Amino acid sequence: MGDNALILGQRLGEWCGHGPVLEEDIALTNIALDLIGQARMVYQKVGALENGARTEDDVAFLRDANEFYNVLLVEMENGDFAHTIARQFYFSAFQVPFLERLAGSSDEFLRDFAFKSIKEARYHLKHATQWVLRLGDGTSESHDRMQLAINTLWEYTGELFMTDDVDLEMASLTGIHLEDIHQMWLTHVRQTLEEATLDMPDESTWMQSGGKQGVHTEHLGYILTDMQWLQRAYPGAEW
Amino acid sequence: MSDKKNWPLWEVFIRSKQGLHHKHVGSLHAPDAEMAIENARDVYTRRMEGVSIWVIESAHVHASSPDEKDCMYDPANDKIYRHPTFYDIPDEVGHM
Repeated sequence: MGDNALILGQRLGEWCGHGPVLEEDIALTNIALDLIGQARMVYQKVGALENGARTEDDVAFLRDANEFYNVLLVEMENGDFAHTIARQFYFSAFQVPFLERLAGSSDEFLRDFAFKSIKEARYHLKHATQWVLRLGDGTSESHDRMQLAINTLWEYTGELFMTDDVDLEMASLTGIHLEDIHQMWLTHVRQTLEEATLDMPDESTWMQSGGKQGVHTEHLGYILTDMQWLQRAYPGAEW
Repeated sequence: MSDKKNWPLWEVFIRSKQGLHHKHVGSLHAPDAEMAIENARDVYTRRMEGVSIWVIESAHVHASSPDEKDCMYDPANDKIYRHPTFYDIPDEVGHM
């Protein structure tokens, strides 16, 4: 949860000063800040569980790519605006039903995390969904670009719902089964694409995976280089 | 939207808290009303400025002409009796 939020937040932060319009520049970086806030909550909890052996900054800035467990989807490049929106749409459509379930967890931290994050995620999903509708049902160029982005990133969506050992343990603790989340995700994606006059990609296609096990695309290395170089070059630097 | 290159301009009004009226805070560009509200949320309520947003397309605002300000506003200058300052308000009324 923390790595997904951090890496997607970092990606969205790349739009800062480069948004297609001023209003959207602010919107994307607002979302980035929400996500980085979510990552901080998780990393602070990691620090607490380790009795302060690591700080939240250590967790964020001193791990290598193979120690990050985010899904591959969130490390995909920003591409054009349609790709950024498609990535956000796919991720937020997962995050909303996931956090809604997590809010019912018996664990206090997970519950607090979900309560705070769900409001943010609902707005992210609304924002991304509105853009999918407008670009899909807009001009022929915006339609084609949105369709291309939806198709290109599709193979990275399966990993959101692949259950590994950690997910199994989570299911036993929280009762959250990713298969249930998948069905809710599919419903939202299908409805939105239909309304946006976009074609739903082939659901039975082969899906990429590996991020949850620390096996990443080449993109993550570049993201971490950008994000971590200051702490790597000047260990312990503060401002 | 007739002009696909330029989004229309919208005027944004924010209610800072329940019971207060919406106040003009600025303007922004957006393709339609729904997106204008989202943009207004992102641009004008980041620091907890509001609990409600109105947007109106700037083209729909009709304004008085600055050239007419003499005949529009000066005639009110010497009519001080229009201020309700000449009445004694009973104490029971309290703050008005």
